Amino acid sequence: MLEIPCPWCGPRNETEFVCAGEADRKRPANPEAETEEAWADYLFNTTNPKGVVREWWWHVSGCTRWFQIDRDTVTHEITPVKDPSK
Amino acid sequence: MTRLANGGVIDRQRPLRFTFNGKRYQGYEGDTLASALVANDVLIVGRSFKYHRPRGLLTCGPEEPNALVQLVSDGDQPNLRATEIPLREDLEARSVNCWPSAKFDLRAINSVLAPLFPAGFYYKTFMAGRWDFYSRFIRQAAGLGHSPKERDQGRYERVNHHADVLIVGAGPSGIQAARVSAETGHDVMVLDMQESPGGHLLFHPRQIDGRAASDWVSREVGELQARENVTWLQSTTATGYYDHNMVIAVQHEPAESWLKERLWHIRASKVVIATGAVERPLIFPGNDRPGVMLADAAVRYIRRFAAVPGKRVLIYTNNSTPYAHLETFKTAGIEIQSILDLRKSPSEAELSLARNSEVPVIVDARITGVQGRSGVKGVTYQNGAGTKTVRCDFVCHSGGWNPLIHLYSHAGGRSRFEQASAAFVPGERAQGAYPIGGANGTFSLAEGLKEATDVANTLFCESVGNSAWSTPATPATEDEVAYRIDQIWPEKGLKGKAFVDFQNDVTTADIALAVRENFQSIEHVKRYTTAGMAVDQGKIGNPNVIGLVSRELGEEQSSVGTTTFRPPFAPVSFGAIGGSERGPLIIPARTTPMTAWNIENGAAMDEAGANFRRPFFFPRPGEVMEDAVAREAAAVRTSCGIYDGSPLGTFELQGPDTGELLNRLYTNRFDNLPVGRGRFGLMLREDGRLFDDGVTFRVDQNRYLMSCGTGAAGPVYAHIDRLLQTEWTDLNVYLVNVSAAWATMCVCGPLARVVLGKLESDIALDPTFQFLDFRDGALEGINVRVARVSYTGELSFEVNVARRSALKLWKILMEAGKEFDITPVGSETSGVLRIEKGFISPGHEGDNITNPFDAGMGWIVDMTKSDFIGKRSLLRDIKLGGERQHVVGLLPDDERAPVADGSALLPAQESNSRSGFQGHVTAACFSPTLKRTIALALLKDGQNRHGEKVVISGLENSCVATVTEPAFYDPKGERMRA
Ligand SMILES: [Zn+2]
Repeated sequence: MLEIPCPWCGPRNETEFVCAGEADRKRPANPEAETEEAWADYLFNTTNPKGVVREWWWHVSGCTRWFQIDRDTVTHEITPVKDPSK
Repeated sequence: MTRLANGGVIDRQRPLRFTFNGKRYQGYEGDTLASALVANDVLIVGRSFKYHRPRGLLTCGPEEPNALVQLVSDGDQPNLRATEIPLREDLEARSVNCWPSAKFDLRAINSVLAPLFPAGFYYKTFMAGRWDFYSRFIRQAAGLGHSPKERDQGRYERVNHHADVLIVGAGPSGIQAARVSAETGHDVMVLDMQESPGGHLLFHPRQIDGRAASDWVSREVGELQARENVTWLQSTTATGYYDHNMVIAVQHEPAESWLKERLWHIRASKVVIATGAVERPLIFPGNDRPGVMLADAAVRYIRRFAAVPGKRVLIYTNNSTPYAHLETFKTAGIEIQSILDLRKSPSEAELSLARNSEVPVIVDARITGVQGRSGVKGVTYQNGAGTKTVRCDFVCHSGGWNPLIHLYSHAGGRSRFEQASAAFVPGERAQGAYPIGGANGTFSLAEGLKEATDVANTLFCESVGNSAWSTPATPATEDEVAYRIDQIWPEKGLKGKAFVDFQNDVTTADIALAVRENFQSIEHVKRYTTAGMAVDQGKIGNPNVIGLVSRELGEEQSSVGTTTFRPPFAPVSFGAIGGSERGPLIIPARTTPMTAWNIENGAAMDEAGANFRRPFFFPRPGEVMEDAVAREAAAVRTSCGIYDGSPLGTFELQGPDTGELLNRLYTNRFDNLPVGRGRFGLMLREDGRLFDDGVTFRVDQNRYLMSCGTGAAGPVYAHIDRLLQTEWTDLNVYLVNVSAAWATMCVCGPLARVVLGKLESDIALDPTFQFLDFRDGALEGINVRVARVSYTGELSFEVNVARRSALKLWKILMEAGKEFDITPVGSETSGVLRIEKGFISPGHEGDNITNPFDAGMGWIVDMTKSDFIGKRSLLRDIKLGGERQHVVGLLPDDERAPVADGSALLPAQESNSRSGFQGHVTAACFSPTLKRTIALALLKDGQNRHGEKVVISGLENSCVATVTEPAFYDPKGERMRA
């Protein structure tokens, strides 16, 4: 079980959180301007790298804040992100 | 009975009777089942898995591969090792994997057929034919014991714990590491698998600080256990090392008498692995015969339990350790036939030990056979002088030592082969795992203690960032014989069965065959031969398998690699994993203020999403479900029903941008909703599929109250919260989940207004109180919000009230409605009323393909809005066009035809344009109002097929039905607006 460093609550067990996927997937400001390919890419594709990935995590059973961390998918090493709500 | 008159930790004043394989024996308090069997001269303790060969005890610890038993007297537990079971009065155990008995096993015929069971036999034989035919026979023969028939009466619990330093293993290194760490002020936790601390010092007479090692152990442990910063657990096995230094351990027989096992989740900053090492076997023909035992195990039985495995021993080794045991054997009165040493030149120190005990040493010797089937009679060996047979009644062998690097490997640490000690020792580190002592391949007591001091010291210095303190001294020990090993493999093409994995019956020939068949990766050989895949997980056999593979491949042992150990280190009971979460506590049911009332009034309860249990229907005496549903539905349609809607999700949204947020969340508009009014909204997922629907009220200029389905409450909350916190951070809106603050009761039916009107209230129920309006006020002095919402298609008043007042108000309403026979309605009835009305339910008609146009809900989609969640994907659906599945109604020709949800739809007449699967039934029921079967369905191009016939094809029966509008009752909605 991972130990997730919530920027507001400190390190807590993974069971208190929901991992909400990769953080670089930003909803397009004007979806209608997106091509079909770009929209499908936004909807369905993730980069799923072997290595460090920036992720959204939701402290649903805690402070209910969403924040970002950098997680290494190989080692599970976690690095907090400086401004976690951006 | 072979028990020494003195010595050991057994209490000779407290004899214990026990039963093994149906026979009565006697042991003592302090025995394990295994030691008591040794003392009773029970040689055969089990049968091997494949050939069903008779097997005896090989080891004295948790790595035991042979003595697997079913503990009948304690909950009929399967798959336990006799070496780990403390003896109790009236204990009863049975060998597993034997039929009809361990001594006479009919399946031993497999042994005669051995040539037919080579490596990969199962793969080769059963791939070709029908597995389900063979599996009946194989399954009967397979398995290690049977699962208990009775419910486990034991109680279990799970606890969390945090520590600065977790030390696994309380042998000399673990104790010393605990001593140093404790003095730094760290929070220290020590886990030890055995009943008493001391590790191998429990079994071997050593000196520490000039005194008996046992004195050192009791003094150190006594002091440490008294410290406030030390938590010390005996009989506790660390079973796995997981991410971020999470170690899980099972505490057996905790002090609390009511507790059977406790599962610890321990999060530590650093983990010191002091788990020691286990002896591994030598490979020779007949090395699995009962009476052939590991040398260290024999010493343990003698020293700790005063149980003697035989009278005349032959020792076989490739390393120095057995030389230190000679004294123990002599003192126990055992005649030592000789030492057969595979090595050409044992060290002078070793030879002098043999001389002192007057034991002949025969060097460069190999055992070629063991005489005796169910017990050892003699041994044949070869050396330069030729072949010779000697008589003995047990054999002790040692093939070197395996550091227990399991936890280190679980953590992600690598292992490497160290030539000098012929052992896989910890390599590259992962996480905060620090191996010391035997677990680190450091087999010398003095060096292990030194290592413990150094590592504990380093951990402290790292954590505080300096080294300015005086490290405690490492205790001194007496001189030891240096550990020397020369790994000499048996010749290729060895005659006879020489086992490398005892439990899974893998021999040298199997390994050779696998390599011949071109399995080269050690992971593949392991899976093909099943070596190391039994319950013991290769604790003792793995290095031998790897060594043989490298020999067969002609490669260096270090280049073959090693296998990865995975948790658990030892089997964990389901009871311990579940802890207190059993039965109704696995998923505790959520309740509403009316749950107790509902149950008292005869509700049949049912799961209702989001872990709620709610009334399904309220059967009266003599009623079956259909009767009750028909009666409840009739009440709603003709007089008055009442429905507990409290499980619905309710969210309060506040802020100047709430209207804008709702505009983006729903397909329709909410910014123009007048204060005091509600509006039905449809929420889509970003891919344009149905997500949820519900009514949202505008309470104030900047304040809205949203409701959603019970099961959708969690996902909808997550959806909105994510958008607010991660995407639309510029929107000024606060979202609060108030689902648990409100209770909801829906008074519905043509007489709803009359019933409600009987109550003392400041809420006018006049015609200006229209459908989708809400009004705040009081009913009989209880503050309420009454809304005109309808989920049934009838005139309805949804009364929302604070939870604490809900039951009181519910009873008031029941009393007021009595003269009109107000009827509580369950969720099954509510579902029937929904189908009659043709209200879309995203949980039924939404199948991850359905979009609002398919569902006939285009009227609520405002494509002129600049954006809303799902709009972009709907544009693609529209652009793509093509034939889609639409929601339709179905009326079977046979008005009483039973139709099951999920039934397939087929064309009534096959044609070129219509053939094969046409869709499926999403919800069907017998409509008490229309007195006929009705169904909602998803049908290809359904909106253009009204009036056509289709076949509803269920698993049990099929019928012909007419396609209709998906609305069977009051399609214009005049009744609910009344
Ligand atoms: Zn938090």
